[in-house]
Amino acid sequence: MGEITTWVFFFLIFPGMLFAVFVGLAMSWVDRKVTALVQWRKGPPVTQPLWDVLKLLGKEVIVPAQAWAGGFLAFPFVAFSAVAVAGTFVWMAATGFGPPPMGDLIVVLYLLTVPTLAVILGGAASGNPLGAVGASRDMKLLLAYELPFVIALLVAVFQERVVDGETIRAGTLSLSGLVEFQDLAGSILLRPSGFLAFLVALFCAHAKLGFVPFDLAEAECEIGEGALLEYSGAALALFKLTQAVLLATMPVLLVTVFWGGMDPGVGGVLAFVGKIVLILVLFVLIKNTNPRVRIDQAMRFFWGPVTIVALLALLLAQLGL
Amino acid sequence: MANATPRVPSLFLKALKKSPWVFHVGTSGCNNCDIEIADCLTPRYDIERFGMKLAGSPRHADVMLITGPVSRACREPLQQAWLEMPRPRAAVMVGACACSMGAYKDAYSVTGPPDKVLLEVDPDARFVYVPGCPPKPETIIMGIVKLLGAL
Ligand code: SF4
Repeated sequence: MGEITTWVFFFLIFPGMLFAVFVGLAMSWVDRKVTALVQWRKGPPVTQPLWDVLKLLGKEVIVPAQAWAGGFLAFPFVAFSAVAVAGTFVWMAATGFGPPPMGDLIVVLYLLTVPTLAVILGGAASGNPLGAVGASRDMKLLLAYELPFVIALLVAVFQERVVDGETIRAGTLSLSGLVEFQDLAGSILLRPSGFLAFLVALFCAHAKLGFVPFDLAEAECEIGEGALLEYSGAALALFKLTQAVLLATMPVLLVTVFWGGMDPGVGGVLAFVGKIVLILVLFVLIKNTNPRVRIDQAMRFFWGPVTIVALLALLLAQLGL
Repeated sequence: MANATPRVPSLFLKALKKSPWVFHVGTSGCNNCDIEIADCLTPRYDIERFGMKLAGSPRHADVMLITGPVSRACREPLQQAWLEMPRPRAAVMVGACACSMGAYKDAYSVTGPPDKVLLEVDPDARFVYVPGCPPKPETIIMGIVKLLGAL
């Protein structure tokens, strides 16, 4: 019984749903504020994302006449719960909070694919032609970035170091195992193979978050937010929260796998926050300085140069670099 | 006007005032008002400071900005877009044309000012009028702010 309550606490309060939602909303404020500063504007106040979500929660939910109502309303919940669980695993591994989490890289990877799938299915269930266009683009984009992303994460698994004359291998799929390995052997990011893999993972995470230049599935100005087009009120709010939690998860996943997670103590926490904000600002700057690509360009980019670099990083990792 | 609006909890009302997302419909004016609306997004006016955002779909919007008189071709799309907006919803009539037909009064191609056209399908529709030809961006922002105050 006691164990169950602690896990409920982990999943629902810290570092799960509630915490991740607030961190995600704060991070989406950073995103909007930095965007505004880049465009020489003042930008929204810090509470803005919270007000947005509160407002959406209070609005009417319309189910379009041509939609499959059950699926249309269920998929936002699927997306949100999956990403909240993934966020819990990643945050627990990164901060070392609670017992070593059960989830490893494979679980997290699968859970992080679920929101995209839910958006695809939700868009298809809405019965809107533009929603279907958005869904099909989302699907192609998922196929494009998932392969290099998996390879890049494997580079971390195959790391090998010589510490005090002894060879130690990462050799684990567990996130906390990777953090322990980096405690002994230094950040994976600092090695040639790790650095290349980090860059690849950064691009893939960027596409997963649906940021420009890979926002072609949402493309507000041509297909009006794509799969989310028909969503209104609380259902839309759940998708917005999903995006926020995803935004709170991806940079932390990158920090955990490639940059050594969080060290204990105040300094460790500050460094951890700094790393996350650094990655976030990097995302925002990439987002603001690049125009949107077409779907064929995106696929060529991910299956071409990005996958090649990822394979190269894998080779270097095998050579022990 | 007030009787048909569903009672909304005050926290939600506050949130609505803090983040009005607007959907822009041009119902065949001369396009100058639309350009002034686009001006509101520029660094000089930056309506994102007030949490306003241009929404890509009427489903996401709270406020509809309407410019121009309603031509025959625009009549049904306008009504349909209005009905697609989730409640509570309101509209701002931007420009002399949208307020009172302006230069298009008595023209053969138009079927009435947007407020009349919307009242046909939704008797509870609420409006704010922003006159000018075209109104300045400051005036448009003020119109939306007045609308939020009246909610
Ligand atoms: S009010 Fe004036 S500027 Fe605006 S659409 Fe009409 S004619 Fe054009």
